[in-house]
Amino acid sequence: MAITKDTIKHVAHLARIDLAPNELETLSAQLQDILDFIDKLKQADIKDVLPTSHILPVSNVMRDDLPRESLLSEKALENAPQRKGSFFGVPKVIE
Amino acid sequence: MELYKLTARELIEKIDKKESNAGEIISCLGKRIKEVDPKINAYVRLSEPEPSISAPGPQPSTPLRGVPVSIKDNICTQGYKTECSSKILEGFTPPYDATVITKLKNAGAAILPFKTNMDEFAFGSSTENSCFGPTRNPWSLEAVAGGSSGGSAAAVAADEAAWALGSDTGGSIRQPASFCGVVGLKPTYGRVSRYGLIAFASSLDQIGPITKDVADSASLLNVIAGYDHFDSTSIDKEVPDYTKVLGSGIKGIKIALPEEYFVEGLDPEVKSIVEEAVDKLKSLGAEDKTVSLPHTQYSIPVYYIVATAEASSNLARFDGVQYGHRCAKPQNLIQMYNKTRGESFGQEAKRRIMLGTFVLSHGYYDAYYLRALKVRTLIKNDFEKLFSEFDCVVTPTSPTAAFRIGEKIRDPLKMYLSDIYTISANLAGLPAISVPCGFTKNGLPVGLQILAKPFDEEMILKVAHAYEQATPWHKMKPKL
Repeated sequence: MAITKDTIKHVAHLARIDLAPNELETLSAQLQDILDFIDKLKQADIKDVLPTSHILPVSNVMRDDLPRESLLSEKALENAPQRKGSFFGVPKVIE
Repeated sequence: MELYKLTARELIEKIDKKESNAGEIISCLGKRIKEVDPKINAYVRLSEPEPSISAPGPQPSTPLRGVPVSIKDNICTQGYKTECSSKILEGFTPPYDATVITKLKNAGAAILPFKTNMDEFAFGSSTENSCFGPTRNPWSLEAVAGGSSGGSAAAVAADEAAWALGSDTGGSIRQPASFCGVVGLKPTYGRVSRYGLIAFASSLDQIGPITKDVADSASLLNVIAGYDHFDSTSIDKEVPDYTKVLGSGIKGIKIALPEEYFVEGLDPEVKSIVEEAVDKLKSLGAEDKTVSLPHTQYSIPVYYIVATAEASSNLARFDGVQYGHRCAKPQNLIQMYNKTRGESFGQEAKRRIMLGTFVLSHGYYDAYYLRALKVRTLIKNDFEKLFSEFDCVVTPTSPTAAFRIGEKIRDPLKMYLSDIYTISANLAGLPAISVPCGFTKNGLPVGLQILAKPFDEEMILKVAHAYEQATPWHKMKPKL
């Protein structure tokens, strides 16, 4: 399928990445190349084939609900670019 | 012989004979790093003030006796920066250890405070996508070290590390090991805990050892393997002593040679070196047969859908809120996300996040992502069928020896194709090892890849060890 600049802009918005105009150009061309290559998959016969999202036959792994030590908030906040008290600080969300 | 030249097991032996001690080994490696790393760039942040090393001290009773391990920059080490060679994780100092690090410390290992270089977030096959600049191949400084664990592989090859940990999502342990002439092992998916490994593609990632020889690989795997309640995808299955099978011989072992791995695209010189290696295995008693893995051609397209889809989701957490870089003076929250991510992800990271977001987006999910998951089933079934009849599969690790720095960086698709032989093991969750099997005319190492059925690490170690002991390659050292 053909990738337009509008598609790239839309995807960049979904991915929350600002792209410079020159990046928009290069990425459109490169993603087009990659998608053309990926199109090879259309040749594979996948009739009645189930998807594999995880390689091992494990699901709903349970454990006992026991209390144990976890990360203290002071520790968790050590790397924060901005903190306010015991919270992560971010720009105002609601005016 | 200088201490830095020894394997980890030889160092342990020295300590036991009281000919050396952990402190001496660490300072010897430190000197070696200062001397040769300016040429190689295997380690990151070397110029920063050195944090104190996690005290090894005299630990005669522990399995690893205080011998140091070098760690890839995407595995969390408490108190030591872990930045995934990315600007977006600038300054990140993990408040906890990855499970593999806890296990290493419990086994008496020292953790080196400098981490090894990598492609940003493990996105790449050459370690050129690092915000710290590329790692150079110790065998030829103009060539790449491979990737994404290029720093770990080059450090081991250049005797700047006794041994190291890497991570492998599509070949990121095996391909750099092959390019640098060392041993790299990717365990079965679920064999080693991923807790504390900064996620790239959660259904494919595994941590594994990069070592000077096969015995070291088995010893390091002994320490890091096993179930972990912090990783629900790790498997509660007994961990054998992987060193026990070494030396038991490979007479009668059935080897499959998939014809799809020996066709166009494979460098003729690499092909003949690998064929000689297969002859060597036959001379040691193995039986070979050419077989077909018919869905091999789909492995790269499937990988670049599945891996980027998972990556786009995993990397959503880097948004300037909890850790790492945040853009200056954002006006509002959305702008903070967009600007932070736009200015600090490198080109390959952006490309993969964009591709992954696209294949998961409304209207394209079925055509790309779901289709890829179904073809993944076909690839997995190909291997299952083979392993009902054969003990292992033998292939080249990479279609070429190390390429030149800069050769492929402008053409992402060309770079992706260099992973063609390693990707299937991740898609099918299989254990695989790369072991040195010779050199090209230009003096660059070539790797032999051995794969086995899930949880049969003993098979690949046994075959790799038999081959290694019958050949001189693992004894060769680059001139630096």
